[in-house]
Amino acid sequence: MTNSSSPKKNEQDQPETSGPVLKSLKTKLSKPEDAEKKILSKKFKDVEISVPIVYGNIAFWLGKKANEYQSHKWTVYVRGATNEDTRRVIKKVVFQLHSSFNNPTRVVESPPFELSEQGWGEFEIAITLHFHSDVCEKPLSLYHQLKLYPEDESTSLSIKKPVVVESYDEIVFPEPSESFLARVQNHPAVNVPRLPVGLTFPTPVEDPSERKRGDTKDHPLSQWFTNFSEADELLQLAAARQQVQTHIAKLRRQITVIEGQQQQLKPSSDQ
Amino acid sequence: MDAKDILGLPKTPLSVPPEKKSQPKKDSQRKPDGISREVYALTGGLAPLMPSIDSSYLKKRPPSDEKITWQWLPFTNSARKDTLQLYHWVRVVNGVPPTGDYSFAKYNKSIEVTKYTDEEYAKHLTDPSWTKQETDQLFDLCEQFDLRFVIIADRFPSSRTMEELKDRYYSVCRSILLARASSPADVSGHPLVKENYNASQEKERKRALSMVLSQTKQQEKKDAEVLAEAKKIAESRMAAKGVEESVMPATENEFPETTIDHNDTLVSLSNVRLAPVAAPPSTLVIADTSSTLASLRMLPVYLRTYALEQMVQQASSSAGLRTIKRVEQTLQDLGINLKPRVPTKAVCAEHLELRKEILTLLNLQKQLQYKEAEGSSLREGTTYSEMPGTPKRQVRDHDRTFIPDAMSFGGERGGRKDPKRKGPGRVSETPSSPANKRPRKMKASDL
Repeated sequence: MTNSSSPKKNEQDQPETSGPVLKSLKTKLSKPEDAEKKILSKKFKDVEISVPIVYGNIAFWLGKKANEYQSHKWTVYVRGATNEDTRRVIKKVVFQLHSSFNNPTRVVESPPFELSEQGWGEFEIAITLHFHSDVCEKPLSLYHQLKLYPEDESTSLSIKKPVVVESYDEIVFPEPSESFLARVQNHPAVNVPRLPVGLTFPTPVEDPSERKRGDTKDHPLSQWFTNFSEADELLQLAAARQQVQTHIAKLRRQITVIEGQQQQLKPSSDQ
Repeated sequence: MDAKDILGLPKTPLSVPPEKKSQPKKDSQRKPDGISREVYALTGGLAPLMPSIDSSYLKKRPPSDEKITWQWLPFTNSARKDTLQLYHWVRVVNGVPPTGDYSFAKYNKSIEVTKYTDEEYAKHLTDPSWTKQETDQLFDLCEQFDLRFVIIADRFPSSRTMEELKDRYYSVCRSILLARASSPADVSGHPLVKENYNASQEKERKRALSMVLSQTKQQEKKDAEVLAEAKKIAESRMAAKGVEESVMPATENEFPETTIDHNDTLVSLSNVRLAPVAAPPSTLVIADTSSTLASLRMLPVYLRTYALEQMVQQASSSAGLRTIKRVEQTLQDLGINLKPRVPTKAVCAEHLELRKEILTLLNLQKQLQYKEAEGSSLREGTTYSEMPGTPKRQVRDHDRTFIPDAMSFGGERGGRKDPKRKGPGRVSETPSSPANKRPRKMKASDL
């Protein structure tokens, strides 16, 4: 991976962080910074791949069948944010459970990357994502607090309605390898920015291991999945920024006014 | 119970359960069986962890069908080189004395010291610093003293250090081994071949060890301090990795030396380490976002939330804890989550920008307050200005545009101080109040 000269990188970094630039095929946002995109696409090796994921747990109360040690049936999982198949990126997922469980280290080697258990206690689960060797050598760890009981203590426990806690995050690969890029360039689970002109990859061969479905679109628990949409949050943020910017302008005006006044007063208060 | 019912048998009398209960109770109190209670209490009143002698064992000893006598008999020891005959008591069973060697003879192990012929010496073992005579002497001593080099070094006629003797011995053994082996592969597993004796390393190791052992408590404390400091420095450097790469290898090379050279270099080392560290913080401030981005890019993989955290931290690095809290309070008032619920790239970017803008806003507010305070003091011709008091009142008025009280400078602080300040505050605030009226009026017109 050749490193381009640093001053150039700095310049490019500013627009990258200041505006919504490289995004997935799904979101439809207005992109005023087309010019910046062009600059970025000219640069080589500044291709950042991101994989949006959702991880969390769904817990069902067992009701009558519940006993002291097994009051809930829960499932902890990692899925693609849009329920697409992530196995081209993730090789296996290791869930580290509380030591009171038998074999607390559970390895899941094929999608869907989930683990179901019965228990009574809430604890932190360490989820370690292991990637394919051409994706990343080092594993990535996530931490999720298993939740069985609803936040609101007054809500009665129901067998039909589970407690769902999901967190959205994105796995970012700042300098992906060529083979990885080739494998996922048009895959719906992965966000690949627009590649520089002239940089093309051959379409990947169908992977026989992918004959079995690996996406979670028709997962039995899919009705409880949260749909994370960035649109709302972006709107909120934009509105907040507007407010703050107006306020800043006002303050600046006030400061200049006062400075003007003080300038006038200064000669009179000479001692 | 139910079975007995069905069969029509009479139920067992109720007296059985209480009996059962009383028995275990008695048992636990009367644990000792054969040992008197007082003796048992000497052991602490509890049964020992290891099964002690069973009391039944003590009381009855069935007469065995064997006839055992003890006789004073002579014996020989195969471990001895001479034919000395000593006597001892022997347990004779049914008139048959025990057979076999002296039971302790098997413990007489000796080390096999390799022996070389003169030929072999001439061929493989000649060494400029060692004469044949010396080498022979060394090997004799090794055999005599079972390779106890401390004694050998002491007994060796010419003064040689222990490391030298060891070095000579091991290298000779190694050469012999290699020479006698049919093929090098055969002996490659032998420890002598795999890991050869390294005299200089041994010297250093021993010196370091003696230094560590002879450290005074003060030095130990100093060491611990320096190491803790170094750790902190190393951790704070992690963020500035991209910028400071050239400095790292230099200081890391110095690090192992701390364990060896204590006295003089300790102080100089900490100074040296501090000097390069003084540079990074200043460059960190200058480098700002590019260094955080650079360090993120160094990672093979990371989470978007982690990246946002780093960027937020970097952006707030120039602000104090109170300012950061105010930023968070502002975010909450604006209805924004402190950690975005859907942290996509765009959302994170917007969030970061919002935070930066809020920081700017707070700084401007502070600036405005100082200016106003300055203004009022100039007007009065007095240098005395109540900073906390006056701005609090002014700011409260015009900030009602969108945030109630939270935006006021030290809003939490002001609120808390209010009840206290009512007394003295009122008195001293009057002189400046006419001055305040004027700036306040202007603000009203601005709105």
